[in-house]
Amino acid sequence: MRTIRTALDVLAASAALLVVQLAQAADPAAPTSAPAEVPVNWHAIAMFIIFVAITLGITYWAAKRTKTATDFYAAGRGITGLQNGMAIAGDYMSAASFLGIAALVYFNGFYGLIFSVGWLVGWPIILFLIAERLRNLGKFTYADVASFRLQQGPVRTMAAIGSLIVVIWYLIGQAVGAGQLLHTLVPQISYRVSIVIIGALIIIYVTFGGMKATTWVQIIKAALLLGGATLMALGVMAHEGWSFETLFSNAVKAHPKHMEIMQSVVPIGAKANPIESISLGLTLMFGTAGLPHILMRFFTVGDAKAARKSVLYGTCFIGYFYILTFIIGFGAIVLVAGNPEYVVDVTKNVLNLKGGSSMPAVYLSHSLGGDFFLGFIAAVAFATILAVVSGLTLAGASALSHDIYANVIMKGKSTEAQEVWVSKLCVIGLGILAVILGIAFEKQNVAYIVALTFSIAACANFPILVLAVFWRGLTTRGAVLGGYTGILGSIILLIIGPTVWTKVLEMGPPIFPYDFPTFAVLPAALIVAYVASVTDRSATADKERAAFGAQEVRSETGLGAEVATAH
Amino acid sequence: MSELSSNKIQKNPKYHQLIKERDALSWTLSALVLVIYFGFILLVAFAPGFLTQPISTTSVIPVGMLVGVGVILASVVLTGIYVYRANNTFDPLIKEIIQEAAK
Repeated sequence: MRTIRTALDVLAASAALLVVQLAQAADPAAPTSAPAEVPVNWHAIAMFIIFVAITLGITYWAAKRTKTATDFYAAGRGITGLQNGMAIAGDYMSAASFLGIAALVYFNGFYGLIFSVGWLVGWPIILFLIAERLRNLGKFTYADVASFRLQQGPVRTMAAIGSLIVVIWYLIGQAVGAGQLLHTLVPQISYRVSIVIIGALIIIYVTFGGMKATTWVQIIKAALLLGGATLMALGVMAHEGWSFETLFSNAVKAHPKHMEIMQSVVPIGAKANPIESISLGLTLMFGTAGLPHILMRFFTVGDAKAARKSVLYGTCFIGYFYILTFIIGFGAIVLVAGNPEYVVDVTKNVLNLKGGSSMPAVYLSHSLGGDFFLGFIAAVAFATILAVVSGLTLAGASALSHDIYANVIMKGKSTEAQEVWVSKLCVIGLGILAVILGIAFEKQNVAYIVALTFSIAACANFPILVLAVFWRGLTTRGAVLGGYTGILGSIILLIIGPTVWTKVLEMGPPIFPYDFPTFAVLPAALIVAYVASVTDRSATADKERAAFGAQEVRSETGLGAEVATAH
Repeated sequence: MSELSSNKIQKNPKYHQLIKERDALSWTLSALVLVIYFGFILLVAFAPGFLTQPISTTSVIPVGMLVGVGVILASVVLTGIYVYRANNTFDPLIKEIIQEAAK
C-alpha cells in the first residue's frame, strides 16, 4: 500500500512539474535537446517503472481475489458501469489509435478525422443492438451468445476462430507499436528485447490477475492517457494562442502539401475512390461491434443496466479522446514537421521522422514539454500497449479455453478449475506468439493493421451475433456457413488486395482493387446465413427456431442471466 | 427461472409491448446513426467538394471538419437518449414483467 501511495505522490509531483514545463514550452526560444542525443531517457524509464510497479501491485491484489472461473474471465461481474466505461475506452484507445491517428492526421490532415468518426459511430450501434442482450445471454465469451440455442460444437468453433484471428492480428499491431516505441525512446534496449519485456509482463498480469487485473490496469491507463492527451492538446492550443484558425493555418503553412491537408478526403497521394470510402466506413462501424476483447467487457458488469451505462461513459471518453488526437496531429504538423531535431533529413522530406511513422505524437510531447513530458507520454503509450495486449490475450485465451476446450472438446464436462488452468496455459502461449509476431512484423504502419482486423470483425463476428440475437430463423447451418463466409471472404480478399498482394508480397497489381473488403463480404455473409438457414428443413433446425422464444425472454428481460458473485 | 415463468412471460402483453417499444427505439436510433454517418461518408465519396470548402473566405477550416465533429457529438447524444429512455421506461416495465411471472 505504501509503495502505491509513494508512487501516487511521485505522479502528482510529476504532474505539477509538467505544467511548469508546458508553460515554458510556449516560449519558442526555450532550448530543448534532441532525444537522440540523450544517452538514456531516465524520465521515460522511471515513469515506466512506476507504472509497472503499480500494476504489479494490482495484479497481486487481484490474484488473491481470483478464485473462480467467473473471477478469472469476468472479474466476478463486480465492475461498475463507470469503471467498465473507462476500461472499454481504454481497450479502444489503443496505442494504434493514439499514435496511429495522430500520425494519420500528421501525414494526411483532415482525412484522419474521417477515421476517428468511423471508429466512434460503432458505439451507439453496440448500445442499441448488442450490449444489454449480450450481457443477458452470455457467460464469458461472445460465442456463448452466438451458440445460445444452436449446436455448441460447430458454432463455437466458428466463433472462436473468428475471435482468434481478430485477436492475433490486433496483437501484431500492438506489439509492433510497442517495440518501435520503446526502442526509439531508449535506444539502448533493442526492438526485440522491448517486445520480450511486454510479453513477459502481460503473461504475469493475465495469468495471475485474470480479468480483475486486466480491467484495473486498463482503467488506470485510460485515466493516464486521457490526462496526457488533454495536456498535449492544451499545450498545442496554448502555443497557437487558443485559436483553431491559427493552428490550422500554421499547419497548412508547415505541411509540404499545404492546402491539400484540408482538402483531401483520401490519404494524400491516393486517388479518390467512393467504394473504398464506403467500405472503410462499414468496416470501422461494424468492426467495433465485433471485437472479442471489447464484447468480453460486457460480462464483467453486474447487469444489463450497468452494461448500458458503460457504453454511454465509454462513448463520451472515446469521442473526447478522438477530438484530442485530431488537435495533437495538427499540433505535430506545426511543431514537429521540419524540425531538424526530429526529422531524418530536412532537406529531403520534412515529414519523415526518426524512429518511424508512428512518432509524431511522441515528438510533439518533447517539443511541448521537453524530456520530461516525452518520458511521460512515452510511458503512457507503453502502458497503453501493455493494457490493450493484456485484454486481447485474455479474450484470445478465453476463446481457446472456454469455447474450444471446455465446450467443444470436453463438451461441457470439464471442471471450472481445469478450464481456468487451460486458459492460463493459452495466455502463456499467446504471449509468446505475440512476441514472435511482433518481431516478424517489425516495419509496418500500426494503424493499417488494426484497420485490417476490423474487416474480419465486421464481416464475421458482428453479423452472426446480430442474427443470433434478433432473428428467430437462424439455424446452426446458417450461422456456421455465414460465419465462415465472413472469415474466409475477408482473409482471401485482404490477401489479394493492394496492401498484402502488392506491398507485402510484391506480386504486382492487386487482383482485388480495394483495401477494405467489407462492402462485398458483409452482404455475402448475411445472404449465405439467410439462405442456409431458410433452406434448412432438418428437425434440429426446427428445434433451434422453437428455442428462440425462451432465448428472447432472457435476452430482453435478463431473467436467468448470469449474476455477480458475492465477494 | 423456470420454463414455466418463461412461458408465462411470453404470454404477458406487457412483454410484447416491451419488445415492440424497445425494438422500435433500438432500430430507429440505429437507422439514425447509419443515416448520419453514411450521409457523411457519401459526402466524402461523392461530394468531397462540399466538405473541403472553407467555412468562410478568410478561413482555412473546411466545412467537413465541423461536420465530422458534429457526427461525433451526435453519436454521444443519441447514446444518451437511449440510456435515458431505457432507465426510465424499459427498466420499470421489465421489473413489472418479472414480478408478474413470479406470482
